[in-house]
Amino acid sequence: MRMHSTWAAALALLVATAPALAAQMTKVGNVTGDAARGAQQYRRYCIGCHGPAGDGQGENAPWVDPKPRDFTEATFKCRSTPTGTLPTDQDLFNTISRGFVTTAMPSWLPLSVQNRVDLVAYIKTFSGKWKTEKVGTPIVVPPETPVTMESILHGRQLFQKMECWKCHGPAGHGDGPSASTLTDSKDNPIRPYNFSTGTRFMCGTTNADLYKIFMNGLDGSPMPSFVDNLPPADAWDLVHFLRTLQPIKTPEAALWKAWLPSHASTLVPIGPDAEGQ
Amino acid sequence: MLEWLSDRRITVRWTRLAGVTAVLVGGLASVVSATARPTTVGRSAAALITGAGSRPAYVSYIRSESNAVGATAVDWAGHTSAAIPAFARKYDLPCSACHTAWPELNAFGQRFKDRGYQLGNDRDNPIWKDPSYWPSAFRTTPGWRSERATNQITSTDSFATVTQSGFDIGEADFLNLGTLYKDISFGFVPTGFGGDVTLETAYVRFDNLFNSSWVNLKVGKFELDNLLSEKRILTLSSTGGFYQGYHFLPVGSTNDFGIGDNQIGAEIMGHNENSYRRYSIAVLNENDGEPGLAGANDAGGGKGMDFNVTASQAFDAGKLGVERIGVYGYFGQRPTAFTYASDGVTVIPGTGSTNKSFSRIGFVGDFFLQNFEVLPFFVHGSENQALITGATQNATWNSYLVEAHYYVNPQLMFLGRADYVKMSQQGDPATPKTQGNSDVYTIGLRYYPIMFSRAGLSWHTEFSFGKTIGVIPMSGIGNTADAPDPGTVVKTASVLTALDFDF
Repeated sequence: MRMHSTWAAALALLVATAPALAAQMTKVGNVTGDAARGAQQYRRYCIGCHGPAGDGQGENAPWVDPKPRDFTEATFKCRSTPTGTLPTDQDLFNTISRGFVTTAMPSWLPLSVQNRVDLVAYIKTFSGKWKTEKVGTPIVVPPETPVTMESILHGRQLFQKMECWKCHGPAGHGDGPSASTLTDSKDNPIRPYNFSTGTRFMCGTTNADLYKIFMNGLDGSPMPSFVDNLPPADAWDLVHFLRTLQPIKTPEAALWKAWLPSHASTLVPIGPDAEGQ
Repeated sequence: MLEWLSDRRITVRWTRLAGVTAVLVGGLASVVSATARPTTVGRSAAALITGAGSRPAYVSYIRSESNAVGATAVDWAGHTSAAIPAFARKYDLPCSACHTAWPELNAFGQRFKDRGYQLGNDRDNPIWKDPSYWPSAFRTTPGWRSERATNQITSTDSFATVTQSGFDIGEADFLNLGTLYKDISFGFVPTGFGGDVTLETAYVRFDNLFNSSWVNLKVGKFELDNLLSEKRILTLSSTGGFYQGYHFLPVGSTNDFGIGDNQIGAEIMGHNENSYRRYSIAVLNENDGEPGLAGANDAGGGKGMDFNVTASQAFDAGKLGVERIGVYGYFGQRPTAFTYASDGVTVIPGTGSTNKSFSRIGFVGDFFLQNFEVLPFFVHGSENQALITGATQNATWNSYLVEAHYYVNPQLMFLGRADYVKMSQQGDPATPKTQGNSDVYTIGLRYYPIMFSRAGLSWHTEFSFGKTIGVIPMSGIGNTADAPDPGTVVKTASVLTALDFDF
């Protein structure tokens, strides 16, 4: 009987801790991460900025702008999951592989897949949230709507209506009236994304990446989630308009450039003067 | 000290530059009062030593007086290039981000170099840096060394063992590399010591032409696209501070080429997104990187061109790491006839003709077993008989090495290397087949007490042992004179403990 009680207690403990153990496990595709190996990689590549404790207080941190991510908060910008939730292992892996354009965070693509997955595993050891909270469920990105002038123009209206211009500026230059007042979750000044110089976004390069950015928001930054305010079709329209602001060749930009010369006079300038229209 | 070094024509060269690192080692000076003596090819030993091609640290190349034998030597392997803290300062990354152990590159560093010293984060253009930022760094290596060579001819003995030791410094490398603009990078690296400063590297590179990483054009003087970069070598002693196959020349050769020497020309190279797949094709002057169109042995370069072709492929081996293999081929020629000035003696540079060919082809690998790295290298060399004094047939040889590293962590590593040169066929059938053969074994460790994003320091300790048959050791240790006879075995040994630092 005593033996049975012991086994029962052990089983109960196992059941109780199973979610936490599962949360600690890191897997990207068929590759399983190992935090111990990740610690070695972290020391070699990451510690200078993110610090020994993962708190973003590495010796380079004072000289880096934007500031390095504080892993102890488990707050991440690039997620496929809703705002306020933990990202998936794939999200963290993608971030390490891609880096952050216009920041000190480079792309670590040359590292082996195993090395990067190990890093993901180690990064997750810095916060207890990975043991107590569940990873968010990735949002479903619906099929993209056709790129048309109507879609682009509607996206332009949404850019005005959703007040994107207040931070990103009327022309997407990152110079809106609120731009200079923005701070991140650590009260560090932060600049809005400048569409006119960026060929890539913070969290990817595709239209779907851009869709996820403003539907999920960039946690830790002033960029909110618009998932409750934008129907998917509207979100795609906004994506199509934002693409016209970039200095790269895209189907949206080609359509826009062909249309604009003969219709420029019909456009109401984006900005405070267009409020309420 | 500078004067002393200069007067004695110390042949120390730590050249090593490869694109990025700068190191300097200097030669511990030296040791032997190697008096400049004419070689059979008409170029002074001193000129050979300090001349154009670049070489690794503490190394001076000396050619045999009577046979022009294989080669050259190193005093204390010097180096040029290596790790460039200027990049660490620019991007706020520690040395270990780009280097397995600086100056050797890891996969991330290789990609950074291949992209023209750009991270690709839209902040590579120097306009994003404070105007006070300069893309400059220097490297040198003060320390203590001991050299020993057997069977040396002295004033009192024909088979003496010469031992030399003392504190010394290596050459200094001034590494200036970076971007002039987005997708336009440059390199400018003076290196040397005393009166022997040379321009190791000077080029401009146009990166990502046609918006493709597969087309990058570099023009100027630069290191060949060697997967096993001698400019980033981790050994620094006189005996072990260079790869023998990168500089070996057979007995009697009038050639001056070395794979490890920086060359002047133009190179097209390309790579895929993660630089796992790479290629390069270079068109180069046939004068081993001598400026002013000069050529071998001051005889004047020719009007032809050399070609260098490389290709490599890396594989993601999971927990083992990133494994890379590569092949290469250098197909060169050297003139055997020249146009002379009115004095009938002075060669007009760049007028050489009646070219005769030579080649170096081989393969190289870089394999990881987690923290254990193995680097095999092989080269087959061939020289046309017209490039060898007294030859009636082409000369051929093989050189191969295996180098191993164990990285305890980013701040401590151990290394070892076995490096061989074996003649296959002498140009002169009367020359003993083994003359010029050489075996070198090296072990050492490097400890990096600091590992951050502003500067680098390494305590370097190394022991190297060499055995050369019938020629002056390539290391230059000893009296720099030929061995007493073609069959004499000259054994050399180097001990070096030094502080290798760059800022």
